[in-house]
Amino acid sequence: MSFSEQLSTLFATYDVLGAFWTNVQLTFWAAIGSFVLGSVLALMRISPVPSLRWAGTAYVHLIRNTPLTILMTLAILGVWTQFQLSLATSFEWNFFIYAAIVLAIYHAAFVCEAIRSGVNTVPVGQAEAARAIGLSFMPTARYVIFPQALRGSITPLGNTLIALAKNTTVATVASVAEASGMMKSMIEFNSDLIFMIFFVFAMGFVIIVVPIGLLTTWASRKLAVKR
Amino acid sequence: MTHDALVQVTGVNKYFGDHHVLKDINLEVGKGEVIILLGPSGSGKSTLCRTINRLETISSGDIKIDGVSLPEEGKALADLRAEVGMVFQSFNLFAHKSILDNVTLGPRKVRGLSKTEAEELAMSLLKKVGVDNQAHKMPAQLSGGQQQRVAIARALAMQPKVMLFDEPTSALDPEMVNEVLDTMISLAREGMTMIVVTHEMGFARKAADRIVFLADGEIVEESTPDQFFTNPQSDRAKDFLGKIIGH
Repeated sequence: MSFSEQLSTLFATYDVLGAFWTNVQLTFWAAIGSFVLGSVLALMRISPVPSLRWAGTAYVHLIRNTPLTILMTLAILGVWTQFQLSLATSFEWNFFIYAAIVLAIYHAAFVCEAIRSGVNTVPVGQAEAARAIGLSFMPTARYVIFPQALRGSITPLGNTLIALAKNTTVATVASVAEASGMMKSMIEFNSDLIFMIFFVFAMGFVIIVVPIGLLTTWASRKLAVKR
Repeated sequence: MTHDALVQVTGVNKYFGDHHVLKDINLEVGKGEVIILLGPSGSGKSTLCRTINRLETISSGDIKIDGVSLPEEGKALADLRAEVGMVFQSFNLFAHKSILDNVTLGPRKVRGLSKTEAEELAMSLLKKVGVDNQAHKMPAQLSGGQQQRVAIARALAMQPKVMLFDEPTSALDPEMVNEVLDTMISLAREGMTMIVVTHEMGFARKAADRIVFLADGEIVEESTPDQFFTNPQSDRAKDFLGKIIGH
């Protein structure tokens, strides 16, 4: 068989695009979840309340320093198997939701730190000016600090998003039918095509990830706060 | 204590670590009074100015605005800060907001004005300080003098009882100093209560009702501008004036 014939046979036998689509969907939902949770954590870490700061710091240190695979295994074997906590009626959706939640929880720690690095780019005088006109902590954060901090943290947030897109492959531990799991079974049954299969999946991720990097570089320039 | 003292500073001490930056400060500012704080750098005049809206906390003593002691950090303090305008050395305009939005943010989010009401108020104040034609630009597009006048308009938009100026012209190019000082003088003439930290002696002499001279964290001398500049009483003040008028 020629190269192109082998390739088309593979694509005909396996739903490669469908598998990648799962990774894209995981990335999308986990990105939203981790952004929301990470923003709350960042707010906690810069808040004037010591107990909130402590909780935010503890979360970041615990989650950031635990391997994602272990968190994923804990969610499936620990929470799902032990407590029988189903998040959806179909197995497929249940695992998908579990994986998305774990990805969100894990990357929230990195999002928090990316936003906090952005907060550090905002001069202290901005917060003082906001307080001086009578804004309290939340409005100061919402109208003055966060809008500037987010623009300053686009690049580290982009890095986190890139890591998230690639880390969706860990969802295979949670039995989610995503690309890396499919690659494994493809190699198992077509071991003579191992390099081609590897190449297909490597290119797949490059196609997903490169635009994220280009987009964030462009956005960080475009939205930079001029001082 | 006079009945209409708007700002009362009583027995205030402040330490930065072991450094005693404010030593038993007592100061009263009446309604409509313009107080100018003078002193060598490191004398504590900026710190004193910043304690009045609690951007700096104090170690002991009491500060009252219109009879109310400064509350702890929280909603009550935010409400009180809304009554005290502040103008900073480095302008501190919100860098991501247009000039107009800089001025309307406080009225809208603190005072609850509608967008139209707030913009009407903001435009009239920007006109008053002479930058209404810049309303839709971003702060970085304005000169330092223009930015500082916007900062004054932003503070005025809260209709404050008293205005604090912390070295408002020290970061400006020399040719822009006067436009800001002129704005401040017209504000003083309208009866605004003002506490100003400055190194502009000409302005101090012209605009002040009272000069408060600080050195090493203490109020060394308090007098009228004429008295202070022509016949200073303390050695510290004589030394200070000798150094700046020497050239």
